[in-house]
Amino acid sequence: MKPVHVLEGRGVPLERSDVDTDQIIPSDWLKRVERTGFGRGLFSEWRDDTNFVLNQAQFAGATILLAGPRFGTGSSREHAVWALMDYGFDAIIAPSFGDIFRNNSSKQGLVTVQLSVKDVEDLNELVKDDPARLLVIDVERLSVEVPDAGWHRAFVLDPMIRERLLGGWDDIGISLRREDAITRYETMSVTPNLVGVFDDAGHARSR
Amino acid sequence: MAGKTLYEKLWDSHVVAAPEGEPTLLYIDLHLVHEVTSPQAFDGLRLNDRRVRRPDRTLATADHNVPTDPLSTPISDPVSKRQLEALDENCKEFGITVFPRGHENQGIVHVIGPELGVTQPGMTIVCGDSHTSTHGALGSLAFGIGTSEVEHVLATQTLPQQKSKTMSVSIEGSPPANVSAKDIVLAIVGRLGTGGGAGYVIEYRGEAIRSLSMEGRMTVCNMSIEAGARAGLVAVDETTIDYLRGRPGVPQGDEFDVAAERWRTYVSDDDAHFDQEITLDAAELVPFVTWGTNPAQVVALDGVVPSPDDVHDSDEKSTVQRALEYMDLAPGTPLRSIPVDVVFIGSCTNSRIEDLRAAASVVRGSQVHHGVRALVVPGSRRVKTQAEAEGLDQVFLDAGFEWREPGCSMCLGMNSDILTPGQRCASTSNRNFEGRQGRGGRTHLVSPVVAAATAIMGRFASPSEVSA
Repeated sequence: MKPVHVLEGRGVPLERSDVDTDQIIPSDWLKRVERTGFGRGLFSEWRDDTNFVLNQAQFAGATILLAGPRFGTGSSREHAVWALMDYGFDAIIAPSFGDIFRNNSSKQGLVTVQLSVKDVEDLNELVKDDPARLLVIDVERLSVEVPDAGWHRAFVLDPMIRERLLGGWDDIGISLRREDAITRYETMSVTPNLVGVFDDAGHARSR
Repeated sequence: MAGKTLYEKLWDSHVVAAPEGEPTLLYIDLHLVHEVTSPQAFDGLRLNDRRVRRPDRTLATADHNVPTDPLSTPISDPVSKRQLEALDENCKEFGITVFPRGHENQGIVHVIGPELGVTQPGMTIVCGDSHTSTHGALGSLAFGIGTSEVEHVLATQTLPQQKSKTMSVSIEGSPPANVSAKDIVLAIVGRLGTGGGAGYVIEYRGEAIRSLSMEGRMTVCNMSIEAGARAGLVAVDETTIDYLRGRPGVPQGDEFDVAAERWRTYVSDDDAHFDQEITLDAAELVPFVTWGTNPAQVVALDGVVPSPDDVHDSDEKSTVQRALEYMDLAPGTPLRSIPVDVVFIGSCTNSRIEDLRAAASVVRGSQVHHGVRALVVPGSRRVKTQAEAEGLDQVFLDAGFEWREPGCSMCLGMNSDILTPGQRCASTSNRNFEGRQGRGGRTHLVSPVVAAATAIMGRFASPSEVSA
């Protein structure tokens, strides 16, 4: 994952609440074994509608998605994050997020910024008023700014997610540094494993 | 000092390391894998020259995308076929037991874990699927993860985790006879809303939960995520122990009794403190149907479609309006007057043997309403075999239902079992999101007996109307 410090880009107002991960990327796209190319499937049920905000020329090339409450609830599919990033989004600003979606985003470097409903509505108005306006998200200082409007808000981010974004860390590498502790735990654990439960063909052995 | 909740006991017993200022590293006892959220994780391992740390704590099955056509039918979709093959190849390469299409143990991952007895009390269990919460019914801490985390668990058998808050949802008293586990959880999701459980692990308690079968408890825990909670729990009791006895994955003989003694400790202490406590009166529960496009939009089967005027919050008003438009419903319409095109009985919520028995008891001797397509998709091959031994397949077939091969099927519309645009479906699954069961499809979540009655009547109906 690449480190993320400051993101600067234009915003696009989705203005919908409860956008679940089935809306973000429909299940038909989940058959693929690759990690790339999901951008074409982003919001695909809505993309046929010429009025859909992502189809409006003035918002083309926006990199910050402004969404309603509970963005990314539902299915655990990380494909939702891959689709948003592949399409070109670097950050989502919303009043709240689905738990698993927020977690998945943090692993890929997609920044999730939580602001109040009122703040997101303000931002919606600012970008509708002038779609060329730049928004600045500073992960280091935990702030969102619209410099030309003098608009500025602080936001809260899980300290670990912030560290990870700034450092561009590989979680697995971090955990593997504790391999001794993992091995110690395994030596003590009495929880059964699958040894002896199934034969090589996956049939249950009679024990 | 106050006692511990079940969640705290599960958490405390799985801490590998708790470094200051960092998330706790939690040990994962069982990692369940399926074809959809794993291929990119296995690729990640290969790219970084990493192995699967504990193949003996990892188990894979094909479920999401597998066709439910007869096994003799080749898989027609090349992309699906490729993904199913990738699962087999990855499991072979990394030494993981896998149940491919047609295998005697194959089925929906959340159905096979408990039925094989590999899901056990006191375990931590993860899977790249949000309905992993199902396994919490057996007193295990089980939650869904994304593909990056799948890779993490494959490589390390651990996950960095922040501790959740605890919520007790207590259903006091006994529900009326026509109320099923599905109705209980629809009531809970309706009460909490889609975000009410966010940040919490929910423990389901009270007489109505205690008196449920294991299958019913799994149905309740399954939909925890629909209220935003990553995990749901039910404390271990004799129902749990009796369910597990003799299953392939559990210790046998005297060793079982030793394990059972340990499992019985996985309950919340009497003086444990929950961060939030909610109580529902079971006597007030009724059969429920969802009317909208999220699982919290529930209404009584006896009720009517709500109106945007019923809510005051302007954001909520537009959500209701949008849902009504998508669902093509007018406020005030009685649910019982709404015709359906398709009935789906299946999914990790309601495809276990008890669900099929309940549905079969409603349809026995009746015919599916003219023009309605009705499918039964057993949750696993073992469920299918059991149902066939009991003659349930014939009951469904005689009534005009399709009797299909096991898999996730129309719950999420990844295979060819999908709705066509505009079709309305009564479904025993867990999500009524826009397009979930097929583009433009309209999903109403119901219990197995309401689904069965609806298939016969051609509109939302209760079992009592079928026999009338």
